[in-house]
Amino acid sequence: MLETRSKISTALYWGFVWGCGLAVLAFMIGPILLALLMSFNSGTTLRFPPEGFSLRWYEMLFDPIASEPIHTAAKNSIEVALSTVAVVTLITAPAAWALARAPKRFAGSVEPVLLAPLVLPSLVYALAALLALSLLGLGPSFLAVLIGHAAVFAPLMFRTVLGLAQRMNPALEEASATLGASRARTFLRISLPGILPGIFAGAFLVFMQSIDNVSVTLFLGDPGRTMLPLRLFAMLEESLDGRVAAVSGVLILAAALLLVTLQRFGGRDAR
Amino acid sequence: MIRKETLLSWPMIAFMVLFFISPLLLLAGISLRGEDGSWGLGNFAAFLSDPFARGVLTGTLALGAKVTCFVSLAALPLVMLYWHAGKRLRGLILICTLLPMLTANVVRTFAWVVLLGRNGPISQTLLGLGLTERPFSLLFSETGLIIALVQIELPLLLLPVFAVLNRADRKTLEAAEVLGAGRWRAWFSAIFPQIIPAVLAGWVLVFASATTSYVTQSVIGGARLIYLPQFVYREVGVLFQWPMAAAISILLLASTGVIMLGLTMLARHERLQGHA
Repeated sequence: MLETRSKISTALYWGFVWGCGLAVLAFMIGPILLALLMSFNSGTTLRFPPEGFSLRWYEMLFDPIASEPIHTAAKNSIEVALSTVAVVTLITAPAAWALARAPKRFAGSVEPVLLAPLVLPSLVYALAALLALSLLGLGPSFLAVLIGHAAVFAPLMFRTVLGLAQRMNPALEEASATLGASRARTFLRISLPGILPGIFAGAFLVFMQSIDNVSVTLFLGDPGRTMLPLRLFAMLEESLDGRVAAVSGVLILAAALLLVTLQRFGGRDAR
Repeated sequence: MIRKETLLSWPMIAFMVLFFISPLLLLAGISLRGEDGSWGLGNFAAFLSDPFARGVLTGTLALGAKVTCFVSLAALPLVMLYWHAGKRLRGLILICTLLPMLTANVVRTFAWVVLLGRNGPISQTLLGLGLTERPFSLLFSETGLIIALVQIELPLLLLPVFAVLNRADRKTLEAAEVLGAGRWRAWFSAIFPQIIPAVLAGWVLVFASATTSYVTQSVIGGARLIYLPQFVYREVGVLFQWPMAAAISILLLASTGVIMLGLTMLARHERLQGHA
């Protein structure tokens, strides 16, 4: 009797773990696969199930005339994202490296300030930044979006670099200095290679977030220069044509590439 | 030498104080400014005494609570599966968790617009099975919004838990089993206590993200379901009521902040730490 009950309980356990576990896994990844599937749809509307296989939406998306607004928006977004990555790298990498070596009390009191944007809703920040701009008598601009993105996404790179810098063996740098290497040489040969994977991983994260961000871009951006996420959301709300699916396909590919890169650079040490 | 090296952190500190902290202080300041130019808590009082606005506030907090609750229920079996999985399956689960998180917001929202729509698979399947007579749409409903948010926010809870499980010792569970505890009891008494701090940390992220996801809320929730972010946007973008918008944002921050602080303190609680 007791034996049967424990057998049933064990069976239930494995049923729950495998059955529900795999179902949740499917729930999590399913929508992404669906978006991908829809992008190869040959029908005129985004009806499910898709009517047939075609690359027409991709052709239309890459057509320079028909999709001119999307291309311009993408160009604007990539410009902002690349500039953001540059600014973030310049201020963040040295800071993370320095704080990993700073006295514990100093680092401990500064880190929360530098990581705060991670938990603060970017909508609230966007509002605050727009308020500051208007009090200064300035309007929305490219520079405003750039600074806003840099402030909100800098912690992403700060975290990846700090993680690596903290795990680096300080003895390596000391040894290099004792052996007569100059500071610059020590930095280039020892410190930089140590934190470079963190910089790369952080740069990818910042780039993707900047391309994807809506609230900061919406509040601080010049309305005359449409950015990609705003353009896409406008399409999503108005027409829902197949090009949204095709853009999704392109962005999923980007995310997959990002994932592979992160695994190669960041994942090695995280595991 | 150490002093010299901290110099390198000052540009970033200056940047964040100047461009991140000070605008927020400005926002907090202006929230105290009344319409007639006086200073005080008038905006907050006005917001809280308006039944509609109060409803939006409680609705937003309730949305956060519901999403956090369903995310936790969905996460449980997957976390257990991850614990039992071998190296390969763990890698696969990790990829399936990271991919949605790294995928653009537009893509995730677009996918849910298709999934929840009248011609989407959910409606079509139920129609095919005869469970419903007419095709229906879950778009612009709270149910649809919660389903989408759960999928979007799940990784935020899963990742910190997976990180703990990666470090956890398999022997604890085996020991519990050897001692005669059933599968269920072994898991809940030996493994579960270890992941509680990570779960609380994940809840903070899920809650904060669900209550402030302006884009998903407005595209999937539609124009009739109003949450605080849309409310703030309307005050500024349509009505140009800066002090009021500032006050609402501060309320949003304060109410999510209190909940987050509570959870963080709970996570640091000594008794829980003792188990970890």
